[in-house]
Amino acid sequence: MKIPFSYNLKNLWTRRLTTGLTVGGMALVVFVFSAVLMLAEGLKKTLVATGSPDNVVVIRKGSDSEIQSGVERIQASIIETQPEVAMGENGVPLAAKELVVVIVLPKRGTDKGSNVIIRGTSATSLLLRPQLKIVEGHLPRQGSSEIMAGINIAKRFKGGGIGETLHFGMRDWTVVGIFDAGNTGFSSEIWGDVDQLMPAFRRQAYSSVIFKLRDTSAFDDFKKRFESDPRFTLEAMRETRYYEKQSEMMAKFLRILGISLTIIFSLGAIIGAMITMYAAVANRVSEIGTLRALGFRRSSILGAFLLESLLLGFFGGFLGLFFSSFLQLFTISTMNFQTFSELAFSFDLSFAIAWQAMGFALIMGFAGGLLPAIQAARMPIVDALRSA
Amino acid sequence: MYILKLIFKNAFRHKLRTWLTILGITIAILAFGLLRTVISAWYAGVEASSASRLVTRNSISIIFTLPLSYKERIRQIDGVNIVSWGNWFGGIYIDEKNFFANFAVDPKTYFELYPELIISPDQKAAFIRDRKGFVAGRKLAERFGWKLGDSVTLRGTIFAGQWDFVMRGIYKGRDNTVDETTFFFQWDYLNEKMKKISPARADQIGFYMIGVTKPEIAADVAVNIDKTFKNSVAETLTETEKAFQLGWIAMSQAIVTAIQLVSFVVIIIIMAVMANTMAMTARERIGEYSIFKTLGFGGRYIAVLIFGESLIISMIGCAFGIAFTFPAAKSFGNALSNFFPIFNVALETIYMDIAAALLVGTVAGIFPTVRSISIRIADGLRRIG
Repeated sequence: MKIPFSYNLKNLWTRRLTTGLTVGGMALVVFVFSAVLMLAEGLKKTLVATGSPDNVVVIRKGSDSEIQSGVERIQASIIETQPEVAMGENGVPLAAKELVVVIVLPKRGTDKGSNVIIRGTSATSLLLRPQLKIVEGHLPRQGSSEIMAGINIAKRFKGGGIGETLHFGMRDWTVVGIFDAGNTGFSSEIWGDVDQLMPAFRRQAYSSVIFKLRDTSAFDDFKKRFESDPRFTLEAMRETRYYEKQSEMMAKFLRILGISLTIIFSLGAIIGAMITMYAAVANRVSEIGTLRALGFRRSSILGAFLLESLLLGFFGGFLGLFFSSFLQLFTISTMNFQTFSELAFSFDLSFAIAWQAMGFALIMGFAGGLLPAIQAARMPIVDALRSA
Repeated sequence: MYILKLIFKNAFRHKLRTWLTILGITIAILAFGLLRTVISAWYAGVEASSASRLVTRNSISIIFTLPLSYKERIRQIDGVNIVSWGNWFGGIYIDEKNFFANFAVDPKTYFELYPELIISPDQKAAFIRDRKGFVAGRKLAERFGWKLGDSVTLRGTIFAGQWDFVMRGIYKGRDNTVDETTFFFQWDYLNEKMKKISPARADQIGFYMIGVTKPEIAADVAVNIDKTFKNSVAETLTETEKAFQLGWIAMSQAIVTAIQLVSFVVIIIIMAVMANTMAMTARERIGEYSIFKTLGFGGRYIAVLIFGESLIISMIGCAFGIAFTFPAAKSFGNALSNFFPIFNVALETIYMDIAAALLVGTVAGIFPTVRSISIRIADGLRRIG
């Protein structure tokens, strides 16, 4: 026969202080656990959303990112005329020759500078990134020293707001538009006309060529043919794959940090639960004896104490998740080691993370309660009754 | 003396619970110490920087270069003692996992400017003689088992191609704040190859490192250098080495802040565990405390009993935690040597460990003390369990 559920709840309530402290400790552990997972998820989402599977990025072989890459003008023109490139209106190939460099801008509120990506774009660049929308001002005119800033840059960096000017390459550049590209890396970039930026930065080569595939399944054939062409020392990647690679190091760092922190913290919380449950057993020796004398089996006693410990875990997990869900209101902006430049991303709570956090909390509760519950179940009736 | 004995006896009355709590605190202090060490490892470059060295780079950002011709013009500026130059090479050894810093430098001036890198004179001479030679830090050479005369190939990411090198020397750090995981090779080798494959990128330098005659004039020299190149094609930004290093840290400030926050969270978690232990202990002994009161002992005596017990437990945990921090930091540092070349437990970390443990012990004692003192004697005696 089972011991009624209300018995467990009432027990937890009687020792509110202890219960509260144990639950609080577990909640903090779950909070940290889910916060790190949410950060990694947010980073992944941002970079995956940046790329489109139909787009192909071409960079110099061996370079890890657009910043290190160089594509000669002549090579870029040959890529534009490849048969796999989709055609837009009026037969214009949907290919963009772009320049990607980083510049140092001071952050608002401090004088500390940080690296920001500045992308020289062609007219077709916008067609390749339909997620990008102008939210304030207008598009920069081709052939002028007008630029537009991503929404995360406009907010965080001096000189990034509308009407403000930046000085580099011996010229002043006016921000005439703010764009929002949603939760993507582009929202942390500045865009201007590639034909203006290249002479300003004294660059003779483009950084990359991005084009849209006419047929998305043609990528593998294109890659094979293109990379064996002796005219090029270039490498083609789907845009999604390219941005995934950009986040690998950062994601790995977050993962290592998250896992090691979680293991250490959970040990602390398990010990907390164990102390509580051992005390719960010790305080109720005669009660356990009475229950056994009434005819409850050892397994019922074991179940009751385990359930009580699982309840602690459940409340802790629930509370931790509740507070971590508010983290979604925050955005983290930091340097991506691989591109040496600023990237903003937010905490993202997915269902998978919620389940993992909850499961983790219950495991902590179980681990903390198992030994004390076994001790309670193995108690001889007579000794237990006599101890009172 | 008697009260101390009583506190000790009390603390270990519930052996299992006390040892579990001590274990919890040990883990927490260990985690706290390691996290603090991670933060100080982040700042290791700043600690190792000298006040009499300046770094000049392109004012747009670090990825833009400066012409080699600036070298002579910088040398003419008053207060400049040595001018050295280099490029971040960004080469990869076999696989991206094997990351280490690699620079192309001018060997003669570089070792002169960085006396903390210690290399034997004949190895240095051999390095200068061999255009394809390289010098590696002691830890780096150990990591890959490189010996003098070994050839090593790096795959260039910024400078395309396969680059062959021959090991000509191993440098050691003067003390344990010096990074011993860097790879240096001759800037001339890089430049000559660039002249052949990409002439537009030849004679370009990533950064100048400048030694000034006196640290006091460093700021003025920096301003003068930048003034010299104002309104030129490549404007410069000159900072002290320390400011340059801090600039890198500022960019990843969010991560440093997060680690700092987390290190405090672990203390709060253990505070909850410890407070729990003390609350249970005091509740079980409420009858005893009432007897003490009946006998005429004051509230202060009971407070000393509870706080003393709490502090004893937290300090024992702290001592174990600190003792384990050193071996843990050592193995952690070896595992993460490519992220953090320098991973030493700082003295401040130990002080912070002790402060944290004192705080945990004190906070955990507050609530039970208040409760035990304020309860009326009759209620205390009546209460069971």
